[in-house]
Amino acid sequence: MNFFQIISEIEKVDPEVYDRLDSRRSIFKHMTGLGQKLSAAAVPLALGSIFNKVYAQTPVGASVNDVLNFALSLEYLESYFYQRSAAGSGASAVTLRGGFSGTNLAAIDLIRTDEANHVTFLRSVLGTAAIADPGAATFDFTGGKGAAGGPFADVLTNPLTYLAVAQSLEDTGVRAYKGGAALLMSNKTVLTAALNIHSVEARHASRLRTMRRAGPMNNAASQGLPVSPYNAAPKSWISGTDNGGAGGSPTGPTAPIYGAGNNTGAPTGVTFDAESNTTQGGAVLTGLPNTTGFPASAFSEAFDEALDVTTVKTIARTFVVNGNNFLA
Amino acid sequence: MSDQSHLPAWREQSLGRRLFLQVSAASAASAALVVAGCSSSTPTPAADTNQIALPQGNKGLLYYAYLLALAKSTTYQKVVDSPPGDLPAAERAIFADMRDHEVVHRETLKYLIDPTRATALFPADFAFSLTRFTLTSRAGVLAAALQLEDLAAAAYPVILPFFNSTNAYARALLLKMSTVLARHAATVRDLLTPGSFANGTVVDASGQLITKTPTEVLTALAPFWTPYVLSITCPDTSPSSDPGLCTANG
Repeated sequence: MNFFQIISEIEKVDPEVYDRLDSRRSIFKHMTGLGQKLSAAAVPLALGSIFNKVYAQTPVGASVNDVLNFALSLEYLESYFYQRSAAGSGASAVTLRGGFSGTNLAAIDLIRTDEANHVTFLRSVLGTAAIADPGAATFDFTGGKGAAGGPFADVLTNPLTYLAVAQSLEDTGVRAYKGGAALLMSNKTVLTAALNIHSVEARHASRLRTMRRAGPMNNAASQGLPVSPYNAAPKSWISGTDNGGAGGSPTGPTAPIYGAGNNTGAPTGVTFDAESNTTQGGAVLTGLPNTTGFPASAFSEAFDEALDVTTVKTIARTFVVNGNNFLA
Repeated sequence: MSDQSHLPAWREQSLGRRLFLQVSAASAASAALVVAGCSSSTPTPAADTNQIALPQGNKGLLYYAYLLALAKSTTYQKVVDSPPGDLPAAERAIFADMRDHEVVHRETLKYLIDPTRATALFPADFAFSLTRFTLTSRAGVLAAALQLEDLAAAAYPVILPFFNSTNAYARALLLKMSTVLARHAATVRDLLTPGSFANGTVVDASGQLITKTPTEVLTALAPFWTPYVLSITCPDTSPSSDPGLCTANG
């Protein structure tokens, strides 16, 4: 999900990354029409080989791998979360799965497959430099960091709580990805691949929100009405700050996911605004023509905002046990 | 591929029309894509006046995004104004939201193209035709929305990398819009068929979105702009560095 971020991070430590890539256009030529021409299975390997060729025996190799591993870390967080609901994952998974309708369970399983594929994708890019699998013990999805009393204490047995955490992780991923927008450069093929993955994450978020709105036992997603202020029954898109999101309040554990980021060191022209932002590109959206009578929320819903790496790490570490430096 | 711009009638068009029918030098080259298709008979001079070449470069991509927002806002406005009787309240609320988002996108893109709003982007009678949709039933409304949302969501990842650094603001804005479109697409898919939000039709076996080139998208939408015929020029005309923006398989 963070491939875009990866490229921009590479650009930070290696400003000439795009020159490196562009000077090897012959490498990319065979990747033209990525996802259409190549078989799906070949895509991760092809992209991995490009990075290996571009950075083989270059002094920045270690830094690039660090950045790629950061993204892989985030993918592991998501992937391990969804593994907890997989069939055969223990008694809690049995309880959890029993709380979802068949269609909704299939949706969760599909998302788990997508996330596992993204881990595979990044591991193939990194090759032998990939970080070790952090293991399930690294994560505590109750938010208690290994201690009792976390904000999502029943996450592994209560479908409502499970969906709340899932929505939080996906919305975080979407914002993290956008963090490198201003650094998007001209390596079109690789970035398009990253944008594709990013778009899939947003589809996941939308589905999870729809399920929360209609209820985990309700097969018909369309039957749920969002209930303001959208903590428990959100729209399929982020409305304002969703009153702090699935955590329940503007001061709750998920509020940073929808708040403003840290602009320190941000690229020129980039600000990490809160999701409630209604000023885009210098235009005050509420003054746009033909929008008379639109609710104020519509102007923020129409745009998903970006978030910086530091803020993303802080959010992600909500689910890492104390004493573990994963994503630190 | 035929090249309409060589026709005498095109050369003789008034300057006023050329304000929006921008004829780029490159459109005379083979890079120009005439979306109307290459197999049709030679257009008559009358038909030729309906050819609209989107501006070259980043501005053309903004026009392209504008067209997608125009198509959706037109469709959803109709749904909001005259909702089918079998469209439940919860779904009407979803379409009202999506109408709002698309109008905001459309007007934002119009602002990006020309902050002064002094320029008419298209002829006065240019419009997205709804006659091909059946917007009088829930099934028809959802089918229309599904087609448009999947097209738009598949279009954005392809064009975003083509914005250059001088258009960083525009690029950032389109990036912010892109995931909202993905949320729309997933929602509409789930309304039509619960659980289809990211199925094999839209996401491939490696977890990546299946994208569509501008050519594919404009071809799919071509019947809706009748009598106008739209074409887009590759922003990067060097074949070796065009990873599929204008050609599906390079």
